[in-house]
Amino acid sequence: MEARPLTLGAEESPWRRLRDAADRRPAATALILIGAAVLVMIGAKGLHAVAQGGLNGLSLGAIYALGAVGLTLVYGILRLVNFAHGDFLTFGAYMAYMVNVTWSLPLVAGIAFAMLATAVLAVFFELIMWGPMRARRAGLLQLLLMSIGLALVIRSALQYIWSTDIRLLDVNTTDTVGFLGLLIGRTQLIVIAVGVVVLVAIGLMLRQTLLGKRMRALADDLELAEVAGIDTRRVIAYTWLFAGALAGLAGVLSASITSLNPNFGFDLLLPIFAAVIMGGIGDAYGALAAGMLLGVITEWSVLFIDARWKIGVGFVVLIATLIIRPQGIFGKAKVV
Amino acid sequence: MPVADLLLPFGLTLDFFTDTGFWVGVGVLAGVYVLVALGLQLNVGFTGMTNFGAAGFMAVGAYAMAILVLKAGFSFWLSLPCAMLIAIGFGLLIGLPSLRLRADYFAIATIALAEIVRIIAQNARGLTGGNQGLFCAEGGAGACYNDAWTSLSSTIEGWFENLGWSDPEALAPLLLAVWLTVVLATLGLRFIQGSPWGRVLRAIREDEDAAEALGKNTLVHKLQSLAIAAAIGAMAGFFLALDLATVHPEDYEPLVTFFAYGVLVLGGLASYWGVLVGGVIFWAVLEGTRFVELPISETQIASIRFFIVGVVLILLMAFRPQGMFGKREEMVLGE
Repeated sequence: MEARPLTLGAEESPWRRLRDAADRRPAATALILIGAAVLVMIGAKGLHAVAQGGLNGLSLGAIYALGAVGLTLVYGILRLVNFAHGDFLTFGAYMAYMVNVTWSLPLVAGIAFAMLATAVLAVFFELIMWGPMRARRAGLLQLLLMSIGLALVIRSALQYIWSTDIRLLDVNTTDTVGFLGLLIGRTQLIVIAVGVVVLVAIGLMLRQTLLGKRMRALADDLELAEVAGIDTRRVIAYTWLFAGALAGLAGVLSASITSLNPNFGFDLLLPIFAAVIMGGIGDAYGALAAGMLLGVITEWSVLFIDARWKIGVGFVVLIATLIIRPQGIFGKAKVV
Repeated sequence: MPVADLLLPFGLTLDFFTDTGFWVGVGVLAGVYVLVALGLQLNVGFTGMTNFGAAGFMAVGAYAMAILVLKAGFSFWLSLPCAMLIAIGFGLLIGLPSLRLRADYFAIATIALAEIVRIIAQNARGLTGGNQGLFCAEGGAGACYNDAWTSLSSTIEGWFENLGWSDPEALAPLLLAVWLTVVLATLGLRFIQGSPWGRVLRAIREDEDAAEALGKNTLVHKLQSLAIAAAIGAMAGFFLALDLATVHPEDYEPLVTFFAYGVLVLGGLASYWGVLVGGVIFWAVLEGTRFVELPISETQIASIRFFIVGVVLILLMAFRPQGMFGKREEMVLGE
């Protein structure tokens, strides 16, 4: 008898080969799929509606991306699922509120103060909580519950001072700018501009600077980075500074196009988690791209479903990603 | 009363001890959270699953019960087992896709699924009443989901009166019912924990691959653990719905799950009786703060309560992660 190779028929089918090719180039596949979805949407709803939705989504996406990049780096480096990250956003927004409304200074000063204060807050907790806990080799659930405790502490402290009232930053919310037949709020446009500039700067920083490379090295494999002679404690402190400042910025940007209350950061946390997981947990570039994408998807969803369901889009994307592709849309297949 | 002022710190008044109605209410709430934490104990303490969807189990149970009675014409007593089955179905729905995920992903997935339930409750207005919630009309106009319970409750109040309690508190029968359920659930959980099935759960917690290698179907065991927790969570949802006389989306926020975790880790992981003690202490301290007379607003007092919960969680995890009655050697908090 002639020996036949033990292959299953399915492995040779074109479908299987397509899947393998897709797995080898996840980013290209994602782009193709998104492009196809956009074309279908344009066909169904018209170019103008899709472009307007996408433009609206960019401001939300910038906020998600700014929040997600810090959260993903903290996860990658410390294996900490930081449930207090959303409350860093809230903290930043209230710091800006204090400068901008209570002291009547320009919003730019508020943004600068918010980023500084949130960065200091993040490093402070690294020094008194996370560093010592890491030294004790605390487990996953221990750190998870600590971060939930920290979230409650930050939120309740803000609530003690500023109560649960809904507050507004001193920004122009009525002016709109029109171009190419699209309409967008002036503040929203500024949010997009700031977001995009900062996101590009982060991308360059992570790629070009030594600190950025070290952060990514730590996020990839902390022990290997340590063996390679990187001063991990310094890099960890910088990562918290970085994550805190960006969370503060994201909080102010979000508050300037909507409003603030002590819960808003926590409400943003799960969509930000969705962006982190979509981008591949620990992957900073993935988080940037996925954050923008999620913001745009959320706005596009309004073309098809009632706007009151919009809040659920991030959650559904989160679950769908975890079921279909837990390593993230850009990640290579691996066990998670 | 000046004598009391001398004896008690922080301006505590004598009402602290004598306000029975208040403490009966606290006891009901403590019982509800103990039930939720018992389910979490099975998942987290004995199976090693970081389930953060407990509020979702409660919401599914409470909404299913109320909707079955109000919209489908079920009797209250029939709606309870049906709602529990629906909650179990939801538990399995959570488990099937997400149980193969790592613990941290599982935590995020379960909290997201519980939030999806809440968003549906907020927006599917025809079924759930949306942000108004499902509630009982004032003055008994029209039927309500708790009618059957109200009549039973007054019967029990009659028994209390026969026993010599001249003017029983309105919530006293509910207090009795919820703590009776707590004790039965604890005994039941302890019984199954000692069975071969319970030992498999422990084995999964310690080393899932080893349990799998011994021929145990770990996925099925984990799903069963989740299903039992869902059924217990649904019961907690029933009691909360009876206590509040309304089913409202805001009562099932992730905060509820976090508080249940507070009860769980205060009592201690891998100890069922510990959860009962943890629940009583947690709520006695939390609600006791209402009697502290400070010159601050209502919101600020509420903030202080949340602050205390946060600090307790942090300090427990930092200095005594096994809680009051947990065993260090049964700690599953590690990797």
